[in-house]
Amino acid sequence: MWRPCGVFDDTYEKDIAIVRTPTQWMITVGSLVALMVLPKLVGGHILTTINLIAVSIVSALGLNILTGMTGQISLGQGAFMGVGAYTLMIFMNHFGFSFWMALPFAMVCAGFLGLIFGLPSLRIKGFYLAMATLAAQFIIPWVIINVRPDLTGGTSTITIEAPSFFGITLSSQSRIYYVIMFFTVTVVYLTRNLARCKIGRAFVAIRDNDLAAEIMGIEIFKYKLLSFFICSLLAGLAGCLWVLWMGAVNVDNFTLHESIWYLGMIIVGGLGSIPGTVFGVTFIRLLDLLVQYVGPAIASFFPDAIGAAIKIGISPFIFGLVILLFLIYEPRGLAHRWEIVKHFYRRWPFSY
Amino acid sequence: MLTLQFLTTGLLTGGIYALIAVSIVLVYKATRIFNFAVGELLALGGYFCYSFVVWFHFPLWLAMLGSLMLAVIVGALVERLLLRPLLSQPLLTIIMATLALSSLLNGLMLMIWTGYTVTFPRNLLPGKTLIIGNIVMSHELVWAFAIAMATFAILGYFFMKTRTGLRMRAVSEDHELSMSCGVNITLIFAVTWILAVVMGTLSGFLLGNRIGLTPSITPLTALRAFPAVLFGGLESVVGAVVGGLTIGIIEGMVGGLINPNLGEISPYVILLFVLVVRPEGLFGLKRIERI
Repeated sequence: MWRPCGVFDDTYEKDIAIVRTPTQWMITVGSLVALMVLPKLVGGHILTTINLIAVSIVSALGLNILTGMTGQISLGQGAFMGVGAYTLMIFMNHFGFSFWMALPFAMVCAGFLGLIFGLPSLRIKGFYLAMATLAAQFIIPWVIINVRPDLTGGTSTITIEAPSFFGITLSSQSRIYYVIMFFTVTVVYLTRNLARCKIGRAFVAIRDNDLAAEIMGIEIFKYKLLSFFICSLLAGLAGCLWVLWMGAVNVDNFTLHESIWYLGMIIVGGLGSIPGTVFGVTFIRLLDLLVQYVGPAIASFFPDAIGAAIKIGISPFIFGLVILLFLIYEPRGLAHRWEIVKHFYRRWPFSY
Repeated sequence: MLTLQFLTTGLLTGGIYALIAVSIVLVYKATRIFNFAVGELLALGGYFCYSFVVWFHFPLWLAMLGSLMLAVIVGALVERLLLRPLLSQPLLTIIMATLALSSLLNGLMLMIWTGYTVTFPRNLLPGKTLIIGNIVMSHELVWAFAIAMATFAILGYFFMKTRTGLRMRAVSEDHELSMSCGVNITLIFAVTWILAVVMGTLSGFLLGNRIGLTPSITPLTALRAFPAVLFGGLESVVGAVVGGLTIGIIEGMVGGLINPNLGEISPYVILLFVLVVRPEGLFGLKRIERI
């Protein structure tokens, strides 16, 4: 890891610390405090967006572990979120579990389903694996809609009761903000640790060359499946948080389209980078929000029929365009830009 | 008797899938890029044809000609602007590029043709519903099958007998080797993409003529060609045709005999099965990996 000049590790504890310098401590504590007081400062609509970004970060981090670190392509992240969301809904509405009791079940359920669809990764990779996860993306929503509509509600929207936390009903966005942010910060922290422990290093070895990794004694099968499991586990968690955020669940929120968006977010952020994931998700979600504001303004220049069409079409259009531009001009993503900024700051005024 | 009916309908629908599958395989063989945007390119071609027929009241042959020419332009643009800068990039980049292209085209189609379903005028293709024995064949499907088969025949001739076809086969064997033999490899890539988009346009018209066009649904229908490609083998044009027909038949039979909803999903179940049991498909190459 890069460190400012003159900082040396003289104990083992210092060597393995995530937060190293007093400045970093100040920034960490400062941002945690800022996250605590944020709901007091901003209003409803902005907070809703922040919550959405936080939920997406959880899911995108899962995908980044699978795709960015382990190099396995998944087009099914949206569907695995759906598994988590629907399991949560079924446990809460039909079995009478509380949100907190149902949450682990939903996560594990999504995790194991991801494991099943990850099984082909033993024999296949690349395009073929993308195909297997694409099949998951089509089969899972089909099962949700068609197999037990009495449990899942088919294509209709099912609401859940707002969960309570020690007597506080989590009904408003500012209340669920703390729950979502707690999970997001925890997941970011755990992923950061995962990346530098034995498992994370095994993942990276598999990404760089799986045959070489196997010869060096890494059990590919175990680690690939573990990667799939963690990815879908986080997808399941994100699905549950999504339900908490929406207060309802609908199969339309977990389509192929969503899965592509998550892949796009980690590409824009930077593959395999944790700060990059946060940047990427924030960038794409804010861009989408901006487009939703600017779209109607552009549409008002056109006659009604065309204007309405522009309002729907502009969001996927801009998304596709941004991803393509990033792929061609900055394939290492925003994380790389961030590193450049940090280096500039450290070396200033000798910026070479 | 009903079985035979579903078999025939499935086979004829399979012709369209085979056309899409061949377009994917062509691009994959030449450039090693799996085209996830095939559904959107296909819908775009269908919309071109629709606009010529409905907006400008062209006769069908002129509309087809016009949309095929537009397809040539689109194919060349996609290759030049998007995939040439990304040559020899990692796999995920390429996959994401075609996915992003599909999102972009989807937005474009929503903006131009709105999100509603549009249908071609009825009886655009000459002929009446064929009835042989007890089997009913809609003439649109028969046309679709015939056009698909004719395209395959032309493609076969093109690959076997023309110099460009020979060059394309050489490029699909080895990029560097064919380059050192004096093949203009970027030109071949452009030709491949143009061919693929032209075939997409044809199948877009055939699909749209049968069930109408919607920016969000038509591409998903086209995605059912993916199982066909993998079933036949990613490297084999013949395999793509066989795979397309097989997937069409299986979808028709399962949908007709068991449950219409199940028919929709059956290609993907087969896809998973193929991936687990025989990932290289029926006619594909077994890859040997070296470090």
